[in-house]
Amino acid sequence: MSALPLLDDEPPLLVVDGLTVAYGTRVGCRDVSFELWPGEVLGIVGESGSGKTSLLNALSAKIEPTAGRIHYRLRDGTMADLFGLSEAARRQLLRTDWGVVHQNPRDGLRLTVSAGANVGERLMAIGARHYGEIRGAALDWLGKVEIDRDRIDDRPSSFSGGMQQRLQIARNLVTNPRLVFMDEPTGGLDVSVQARLLDLIRGLVADLGLSAIIVTHDLAVARLLAHRLMVMRGGEVVESGLTDQVLDDPQHPYTQLLVSSILQV
Amino acid sequence: MAPVLDIRGLAKSFTLHNQGGVTLPVLAAVDLTVGAGECVALHGRSGTGKSTLLRTLYGNYRVQSGELWVRHGATRIDLAQARPRQIIELRRSTIGYVSQFLRVIPRVAALDIVAEPMRARGVAVEAARARAAALLTRLNVPERLWHLAPATFSGGEQQRINIARGFAVAYPILLLDEPTASLDGDNRAAVIGLIDEVLARGTAIVGIFHDGEVRDRVASRLYDMTEAKAAA
Amino acid sequence: MTEMLAGYNFAYLDEQTKRMIRRAILKAVAIPGYQVPFGSREMPLPYGWGTGGIQVTASIIGRADVLKVIDQGADDTTNAISIRRFFARTAGVATTERTVDATIIQTRHRVPETPLKAGQIMVYQVPIPEPLRWLEPRETETRTMHALSEYGAMHVRFYEDIAHYGRIATTYDYPVIVNDRYLMRPSPIPKFDNPKLDMSPALQLFGAGREKRIYAVPPFTKVKSLDFHDHPFAVESWDEACSLCGSTTSYLDEVLTDDQGGRMFVCSDTDYCRSRTA
Repeated sequence: MSALPLLDDEPPLLVVDGLTVAYGTRVGCRDVSFELWPGEVLGIVGESGSGKTSLLNALSAKIEPTAGRIHYRLRDGTMADLFGLSEAARRQLLRTDWGVVHQNPRDGLRLTVSAGANVGERLMAIGARHYGEIRGAALDWLGKVEIDRDRIDDRPSSFSGGMQQRLQIARNLVTNPRLVFMDEPTGGLDVSVQARLLDLIRGLVADLGLSAIIVTHDLAVARLLAHRLMVMRGGEVVESGLTDQVLDDPQHPYTQLLVSSILQV
Repeated sequence: MAPVLDIRGLAKSFTLHNQGGVTLPVLAAVDLTVGAGECVALHGRSGTGKSTLLRTLYGNYRVQSGELWVRHGATRIDLAQARPRQIIELRRSTIGYVSQFLRVIPRVAALDIVAEPMRARGVAVEAARARAAALLTRLNVPERLWHLAPATFSGGEQQRINIARGFAVAYPILLLDEPTASLDGDNRAAVIGLIDEVLARGTAIVGIFHDGEVRDRVASRLYDMTEAKAAA
Repeated sequence: MTEMLAGYNFAYLDEQTKRMIRRAILKAVAIPGYQVPFGSREMPLPYGWGTGGIQVTASIIGRADVLKVIDQGADDTTNAISIRRFFARTAGVATTERTVDATIIQTRHRVPETPLKAGQIMVYQVPIPEPLRWLEPRETETRTMHALSEYGAMHVRFYEDIAHYGRIATTYDYPVIVNDRYLMRPSPIPKFDNPKLDMSPALQLFGAGREKRIYAVPPFTKVKSLDFHDHPFAVESWDEACSLCGSTTSYLDEVLTDDQGGRMFVCSDTDYCRSRTA
């Protein structure tokens, strides 16, 4: 039997320490701390106003936190303070090593250019200059996200919501990011479309060894996708731990309320 | 020989905050050791905490006090204090769990549900699916069902997929919650066969078997759940 | 020679404005391809007719300069004549139609065929200076993209062209990278003229009056047109030669001669054509 890793000899990919996001006197999220390892999916669940979106925005460098630190392990192994990096370095990170899947695919796609161009853009942004290869990579990824390859030259404005969301995922994954942020990835989609998307995300996370932070209010999505869960309420993390443990044996009164509120089919 | 599973003074209660904060003490003090090749059957009426104990052994339920030592490779770890990451690793390679009901994931075919624990340990797709197919065959699940998602299967069919998944990887510790509950004679025999094989290989099993015949066939000893409440 | 107008400063603009524009030009020359904002003035010419070019010319022109003005390569179009006369009347400078004699050449949409010499200055009239405007309407965002050299999206445009038309469809105002650093629009000159910008002995100034930007390519600066490795940059070519001078290497205009579809091809650069037939 080979040696089994147990004592976390692998350093974390993301270390968040005392993160607070405040908008003047109004607090978005307060004093959030956690670590994330490669290949791990962290779910952040909570209702509207819980602070989960503020947290995600700070983590994905969209807004600067009011207090606290975010450290990310770069590909060369060094731990970088996210907001200590130059803006250029941060933007580069967002284009290559990170992905952001928005709730509304229109926020994460270029609607005026073709699907192929959408997928190829990040490659072109990092210097790819061979049209044939770029197109080949785009075709490859459309296949992976189950979009008909014939649609490569069509504009995303002609796609359904589910297809747009899958295109957004392809667009983000083409540069093999190590960390993907998702904000309500299945929000607004029909149930059958949701199922397909969740299946895709599960498969990709497993196959590519991605780390992901997924914000959702849907506990079923969290159970399906996340290894660990953080429950947020009023800007604070009230409970965190193994997903099935938090959902099956909730300790905090709010978590218990949340879990007991789910309608059974 | 060091035990594979060493439970000491395990206590588990539920506090229902939304029901006025009432506390239900389910397990008061569990002391139990299980060695390799042993099968311990949890014995007691409904409500004595059998499923609760199994779920606690899988890290699904939190523990209020006590120790839960699990042998992991050359070392051992206290599951009661383990971090989520460690529990995930234990579940990947050391502890298997066959629950009472299959948790159905939309769109994932039965074959892939069974193959998933193997894929998680790095087994190639083709090899994993082949072994999954062998297990499903053994459990009399017809091939026409292999490539369908189990949402529309019967209770017995779903349970057999659940069992196949639990036996796909050679876990040193296996937790079985009513593995033969929805099965007929032939399929019960098939499950007994699987249990015999893994026991012979040195697997430690903790299980709940309502069927007396199955229990008598596979259990090396019983653990009476009233012992768990004794210290209450 | 036209009479100079009374009551106007030399070259129309006041001295402080000229200083301001010269400062902008110096900045632009110091950072090749970078768009420098400037306080564009009201000129006796509507926006879209060359106000930027006129302001640049007005700021650099001196009494000893010889000015040439072309519009689509021709000295005798309405615009070219109007602008040339404007400077004759407000600056009293000598004007010419011969490229070789000019010290300043203000142009709309062409670069002369005759190679430029050190000491000459080209002034380009620019409608839209921002090469990324089609992609990103926000000025704040395009400035950040330039600052961080985030130009990948420009290739997205070309990718789209090749996907839809089989080739890069842009044929004028073809974007270039200046000095291996800034992405620049060379103004609506045909891509045929892009190679002339590369390592030119002349100073090249670009003025956008409505958009209030000035940029520059100093002499002997590298100017490279964007392309893909498997779809390299290529210029236009014609099967015909110029009907007047016989040139097979200059940019040709197609001229309809009658209503039966008769046509002939002539050099767009009138001075070049004339110099060959003289």
